[in-house]
Amino acid sequence: MSTTTTTRLFPASTLATLIAIPVLGGLMILQTSLVSRFPLLRGTTDLVMLALIAWTLQKKVTTAWQWCLIGGFMFGIASALPVAAPLVSYALITWLALVFRRRVWQVPLLAMFATTFLGTFISHAVSYVTLALFGVPLPLVEAFNLITLPSMLLNLLMAVPIYALISDLAKWLHPEELEV
Amino acid sequence: MNSSVTRSLQTIVLILIALGLIALALGGFLTPISRIILTPIISTQTWIASRYQAVQSYLSAPQDIANLRQENTQLRAENSSLQTQIIELQQQLAETSILSALVDFARANPENRYQAAAVINRDPSPFMQYVIINRGSDDGLRRGMPVVTQQGLVSRITAVTAGAAHVQLITDPASTVNVRLEPSQAAAVLTGSISGDLSLDMIPQGANVESGNLALTSGLGGNFPPNILIGQVAGVRSRDQDLFQRAAIQPVVDFSQIEIVLVITNFRPVDISPLIPTPGAP
Repeated sequence: MSTTTTTRLFPASTLATLIAIPVLGGLMILQTSLVSRFPLLRGTTDLVMLALIAWTLQKKVTTAWQWCLIGGFMFGIASALPVAAPLVSYALITWLALVFRRRVWQVPLLAMFATTFLGTFISHAVSYVTLALFGVPLPLVEAFNLITLPSMLLNLLMAVPIYALISDLAKWLHPEELEV
Repeated sequence: MNSSVTRSLQTIVLILIALGLIALALGGFLTPISRIILTPIISTQTWIASRYQAVQSYLSAPQDIANLRQENTQLRAENSSLQTQIIELQQQLAETSILSALVDFARANPENRYQAAAVINRDPSPFMQYVIINRGSDDGLRRGMPVVTQQGLVSRITAVTAGAAHVQLITDPASTVNVRLEPSQAAAVLTGSISGDLSLDMIPQGANVESGNLALTSGLGGNFPPNILIGQVAGVRSRDQDLFQRAAIQPVVDFSQIEIVLVITNFRPVDISPLIPTPGAP
């Protein structure tokens, strides 16, 4: 009995890390140039966060933290928020997704929805606290109603297509071993 | 002899008959007869012609269909090309009208120097109301430069890279602008909010502020040049127990539709932070 795997120029983990740059970069461009122009109330979809969650939830993926770092830096560069805020929030979300991957590994889509739901809270809580520390007056209830709840709805709507796309990408990078 | 007379008589009779027929035809007396004769002939001709056309079209049809398909494809391609041209021209027209309005604005305010820039992105965080423009330090832009449109104030540049700049909108919750109300001349502070609404605070209780009053930059604080239009007072809230009046402002700029902006490049913000007394300082 032997196994066959696809021969590549780079090891799968290196390729998975390298591919994060065009994938997350493309999603960031899409988010800033297109998605942010169609808000629901004041909430918008966080495509980078959804991609990070979907990637982390894939079974064979070992590069979740690398993606988290790249995504956090990209968000920090594109946004007026301090770079630390997206880095911290994405790190917490990645950790949460890893926990869900271990606990709810049989139902990845459920884990995707649960992490998206909680991840939106975490991301917005970190942004809120960061801005409050910088002295920006943000009414909590208004922020929750106008930004967090609509963003959560949009993120949950986009969770399935993003999961499908990232799942295909993960399968391409980490193909199933065929028994011959 | 007899035969020649007979032939002449025959000729005369024939001529008379012909003349008679002509006279009858001119008089319209032969129409029913001609109709009876011509109708079956015409019907037969029509039938033969239609059969002939049917056979001809059957024989030449494949070639015609191929030609028609080719022509149809060509026309479709031309149509889509023309539609693309129309869309491009419409975009150019929209851009030209915006640029024309911006040029008018620049002419009306010759004391300032302007750099036009296109809005290319919005902040990915829904908490931040910022836009990114496609001009940066390579084009002479610096942090703190005010940004306007032909309608009025957008806000100012908060961060600059070589080819782009972050612009904080006046609707951002962290934005504050010192304003002056017309015609009352009352000073106030304009703040943004998380909902994107603009509100005026710190309006003195004695000031006579009404809906429809204009809000312009006052120039106080040194962050913005004076007399740039911001919007109109939409409603005033004045209570006796409050120290100041408050008002809602309807901005003149539609922040969701900004495409091209002007950066005032000859204005340098004044840093007054060293002049602000700190607690414990002598």
